[in-house]
Amino acid sequence: MSALRPCLRSTVPEWKNGEFPDSTAYEAGYLVHRNSGWRNRRPVIEPELCTGCLQCYLYCPDGTILKKDGKVSVDYDFCKGCGICAGICVHGAIRMEAERQ
Amino acid sequence: MIRPTARNITEDEYFFGHKACAGCGGSLAVRIALKVLGERAVAVLPAGCMSAVGFNFPQLCFANNAMISTFAGTASMMTGVEAGLRARGERDYQIVGFAGDGGTADIGIQALSGAIDRNDDMIYICYDNEAYMNTGTQKSSLTPFGASTTTTPVGGKIRGNVSGKKNMFEIVAAHGIPYAATANVGYIEDYMMKVRKASEIRGMKYIHVLAPCPTGWGIRPEEMIEYARMATDCGLWPLAEYDGGEFRLSRGMGDPSILRNYIKGQKRFRHLSDQDIGHIESMRDARWEKIGGSWKVPGRDRP
Repeated sequence: MSALRPCLRSTVPEWKNGEFPDSTAYEAGYLVHRNSGWRNRRPVIEPELCTGCLQCYLYCPDGTILKKDGKVSVDYDFCKGCGICAGICVHGAIRMEAERQ
Repeated sequence: MIRPTARNITEDEYFFGHKACAGCGGSLAVRIALKVLGERAVAVLPAGCMSAVGFNFPQLCFANNAMISTFAGTASMMTGVEAGLRARGERDYQIVGFAGDGGTADIGIQALSGAIDRNDDMIYICYDNEAYMNTGTQKSSLTPFGASTTTTPVGGKIRGNVSGKKNMFEIVAAHGIPYAATANVGYIEDYMMKVRKASEIRGMKYIHVLAPCPTGWGIRPEEMIEYARMATDCGLWPLAEYDGGEFRLSRGMGDPSILRNYIKGQKRFRHLSDQDIGHIESMRDARWEKIGGSWKVPGRDRP
């Protein structure tokens, strides 16, 4: 069972009155865009060097570092490539690679 | 109190998919606070970066209940939400407000002061990126001395902001609030501990968290945490708590000499002369003299 988080929906909501939302309230956690297009570098995790200290998990402003089998992995749909994880990792297990076009 | 760590906080994300700039300190402050508080937290956000990046309809990035308040009324809307939930017989909820430095120290200060006076049971978190960053870096009363903003530009005569940073933490503490603290996204464990501690105290709580803004400060996104830590280590942003009428320092000053690197590394301060930096140093030293004289310092029994 994966953790709860706002998730991508396949449809943009439709509302009765045409152009305007029906009310000012709406379902929480409703995502329609990825953020991956913002990125020109991507973090790559070196599993052999990762000790699972989870510092990158704590310091990621976007919450895109996921816990996986005692180590970490990256959600590339929402990572913006800021590089904070690579800077915070004292084991040198995260390197930033240029995004291929 | 169980000290929150990376292993025991929830894996759920309550602020995810947002449109904050890469390396945003404010979004980290919101994300971590909500992870500590859990899904029964109701967030209230005034106009500011975090409401602008979190509610781009239909991209709604909060997984818990969250709403936008008027700019001046964060704390009063929190009071209303709290009263509403209490009237419905709800239990185990946390009301949390996330306002920026302008929304706290300039525009929202009277609502905040009123909420502290009423002592409603809620947590007010000010994420301080030291200017109105959402609208493109205008000076707020928490902008530090010398910072260049679009309303305090650098010219031939005036070199950036001429006033200092308002001491919001001691202003709030002077109300006699049950709990107030300063924190820093660069020391995230300390921040998580303070949020958890605040959630277990009844009454009004205030946490002022420094959240560097790579866009407005003129630093690279990957340096955000480094600069956040430098602000505390060089003594410009002391981490402290206030409860029971007593100030307690959470962390001593690191290396006072790195203040120069902290200033010189940021584009907003790059124009400052040695004399200006000397002025910042003397303001810092005066502050620490006061702290040393009256605050409780770890490892020392009496002030």
